[in-house]
Amino acid sequence: MAAAISAFENGARDILLLERDQYLGGILNQCIHTGFGINYFKEVLTGPEYADRFIKKIKAIPEIEISLKSFVVKLTKNNVITYLKPGSLEEVKAKAIIMATGARERTREMVHIAGTRPSGIFSAGLAQKLINIEGLLPGKEVVIIGSGDIGLIMARRFVLEGAKVKGVIEIERRTRGLARNVVQCIEDFDIPFYLSHKVSKIHGKDRVEAVEVVRVNEGLNEVPDSKFKIECDTVLISVGLIPENELIEMAGVELDRKTNSPVSGELNKTSIPGLFVCGNAFKIYDIVDSVSKDSSLAGRRAVEHIAGQA
Amino acid sequence: MNLFDIVIIGGGIVGTSIARELSRYRLSLALLEKESELAFGVSKSNSGIIHPGTQNPVNSLKGRLCVQGNFLIRKIARDLGVDFKEVGELIVAFNEEEASRLVEIKKDAEKLGVPKLKIVGRKWLRIHEPNLSGEAVKALYAPTAGIISPYRMVYDLAENAVANGVEIHTETKVESIVRSNHFEIFTTKGAFKARYIINASGLYADEVSKMAGIDDFKIRPRKGEEFILDKKKEYLTNHLLFPLPSKVSKGFLVIKTSDGNPMIGPTAEDILDKTDLATTDMGFKKVLIAARRLIPSIDENDIIAYFAGLRPVAGDDFIIRHEEKAPGFINVAGIQSPGLTAAPTIALMVVNILKRAGMKLKKKPDFIGKRKKTIHLFAMPLERTRKLIEKDSTYGDMVCRCEMVSIREIRDAIGRGARTLDGIKFRTRAQAGRCHGSFCTTRIMKILSQELKKSLTEVTKRGGASEVIKGERS
Amino acid sequence: MTKNLICIECPVSCILSVDIENCRVVKVKGNKCPKGEEYAKAEMENPVRILTSTVLSKGLSLKMVPVRTDKPIPKAKIQDAMNEIRKIRTEKSVHPGDIIIENFLGFGVNLVATREVSK
Repeated sequence: MAAAISAFENGARDILLLERDQYLGGILNQCIHTGFGINYFKEVLTGPEYADRFIKKIKAIPEIEISLKSFVVKLTKNNVITYLKPGSLEEVKAKAIIMATGARERTREMVHIAGTRPSGIFSAGLAQKLINIEGLLPGKEVVIIGSGDIGLIMARRFVLEGAKVKGVIEIERRTRGLARNVVQCIEDFDIPFYLSHKVSKIHGKDRVEAVEVVRVNEGLNEVPDSKFKIECDTVLISVGLIPENELIEMAGVELDRKTNSPVSGELNKTSIPGLFVCGNAFKIYDIVDSVSKDSSLAGRRAVEHIAGQA
Repeated sequence: MNLFDIVIIGGGIVGTSIARELSRYRLSLALLEKESELAFGVSKSNSGIIHPGTQNPVNSLKGRLCVQGNFLIRKIARDLGVDFKEVGELIVAFNEEEASRLVEIKKDAEKLGVPKLKIVGRKWLRIHEPNLSGEAVKALYAPTAGIISPYRMVYDLAENAVANGVEIHTETKVESIVRSNHFEIFTTKGAFKARYIINASGLYADEVSKMAGIDDFKIRPRKGEEFILDKKKEYLTNHLLFPLPSKVSKGFLVIKTSDGNPMIGPTAEDILDKTDLATTDMGFKKVLIAARRLIPSIDENDIIAYFAGLRPVAGDDFIIRHEEKAPGFINVAGIQSPGLTAAPTIALMVVNILKRAGMKLKKKPDFIGKRKKTIHLFAMPLERTRKLIEKDSTYGDMVCRCEMVSIREIRDAIGRGARTLDGIKFRTRAQAGRCHGSFCTTRIMKILSQELKKSLTEVTKRGGASEVIKGERS
Repeated sequence: MTKNLICIECPVSCILSVDIENCRVVKVKGNKCPKGEEYAKAEMENPVRILTSTVLSKGLSLKMVPVRTDKPIPKAKIQDAMNEIRKIRTEKSVHPGDIIIENFLGFGVNLVATREVSK
């Protein structure tokens, strides 16, 4: 939305915004906690409130056509987009394309946790959606692997919903998330926080039954005789985000193998002229305010590109 | 309670192949499966290889059944609309001593009737398998090896069997068997009467057999850990790659799967617990080292999923026989590799055993031999997708973004028997991609709950106590 | 006595050094903005938090309506507040900022919706 609004403000008059969900706002809608907007709006907002500011603004601009439930299946290097929505498959060619596809969560498999694959293992974001959007409680006794911000925020959310959080396990010596989240989500609720520890095994047949935890040294290797078990029915995985860039990869944009970000000399640009990437799809940001700021720049760059072509 | 002519115990690839084959005849048939859905036992962790028939002892039952099965499964797959791809396999030798063993393997395989075998050298390998290690000197090329989706095969066999009158009962665990004039089978869902029993219960075949009074074999689980690579690596290899086989297994392979993701593994470890499906750090390391010996460019970051399966081992060969001491009871046990390939022939063998045991078999004139191919958007060109969406708008309503699965396909899967999140995953691939269901699980739970008229708290991952959520605001 | 605190007012997470005499904050150092000083005082003398949660809807397009307290409430009362939030059913369409409950639990704060939810 920030990129589309900025493209309009910089002179573009024929803008199509494709959103695969039935609502605008993306993942902000499930981030019901505060902490958004302090830089961009100089106010402390929740995720849905932050998104609403942009929704109101974008809906007031008739030159921006919003197409919901629209799922892009193909992108070519000549900037042709194929997308489907209920009832039709559409193809459009654009003078410039901005990808604001966000990120997905890194999985248990990406950090190779051994053990079984029972029910009760959730990415922190999925647990957040289940609780905040659907009003469902994924588990009653929770262990959180990794101390990413979503994991910390969800620790508090589980406690508020009446569950017990039996530990947050972080392999590094420091938290991965913001210090303020450690204070207000972990320390406020006396949740055990195990730094320099890792989960070495998940137990459970039908449903998660326990995790095996072990201390690690500076080389991240297991310390002998430091193993202990925590019984739980739920494991949350919060081990970072990875940009969602499969579409631009399809178009032939070179991606960094480790980070999944486009290989690029300049913010928002890719190896294909006229194809821009912004927000968490370009690189993983800590705070949404910076995403909005840099995405506005992407909108401007797209307009400049079109002007240069004319 | 009506009397069935035959009750088949076990709804994996063996049980459903037999059920479908027997459904050609005028018989009343029931298939009992203890899990919530079919293929949830041994079959779900099958690698999907249709073996050409190499690497089996010359006089073995499995050797004979495998070679014929490789031929028969093609027509069955075609009739049922299951994709079968003949990709060929290479057994790779890394030195001259190993190369000489290839000659023996080729000779043995030819005795079993494996067609078109050829020993190929470095030059051939460089052209046809460019990512293969430069250390490879020779390989035995078996062009008839193929790949198939093991669970879709099971589901489509079962669907066709049901269309031909077979009753399928899931969550029906056999607890005891009593024999008088006929068999009485007591289960967690009541009693069934049958004139004949076919025991195709995989890991539990020994326990079921014992219930019928036959206690002369044991099933030992042999664990195999498998690691799945990102679909982006679909063209990592052109063939299925095998090292030279060992005594207990065919070794660590680098293979293709019908879903496009390459797979490496499996380990082979004899264990005691028939429910131990844990993967291990050691397995991960072993498989990665062995796979890199074949394809050095494999990176551990390419691995997006892993799982463990258990092979039901009962000695060296399959046990397929009518038990004279329990007339009417037929064991189909110890069906480990190459069980998927051999399944069509196993089914034919069971038909012959039934005939010899005195069963009168009369073909049905109205047998339905074919089923309409299941629609998978990910497997079709966009032009066909466009036509489908224009006819039925719900094909344009995407549920799983990583694998491109629409709500229509999810509803279809439920209509065809899916009851759990895993059942949806195996049938449609929804939740099987990079994000592991982070984005679509919630929606699939809701669709399951609506279609099955169940509450969300009743939705499970794979039946039993695998409920997904523990509570609901209300 | 000097105590170190991490300010939670914004993602900058300043490390505050707080001088305390007779249970009163006398000096705050390390804050990059005035909010840090306010936070340190409140945290030492009467810790408060903004509570965010969801309330169950009835007959609206979304099952859950996200809510927040428009001002912080005493930290010690958070579980009481949650118990109350769990009892609420809301039936009216709301915009962000619309009051769901006025003077929530007598704390002098309102419970407000944070997302647009219509019928």
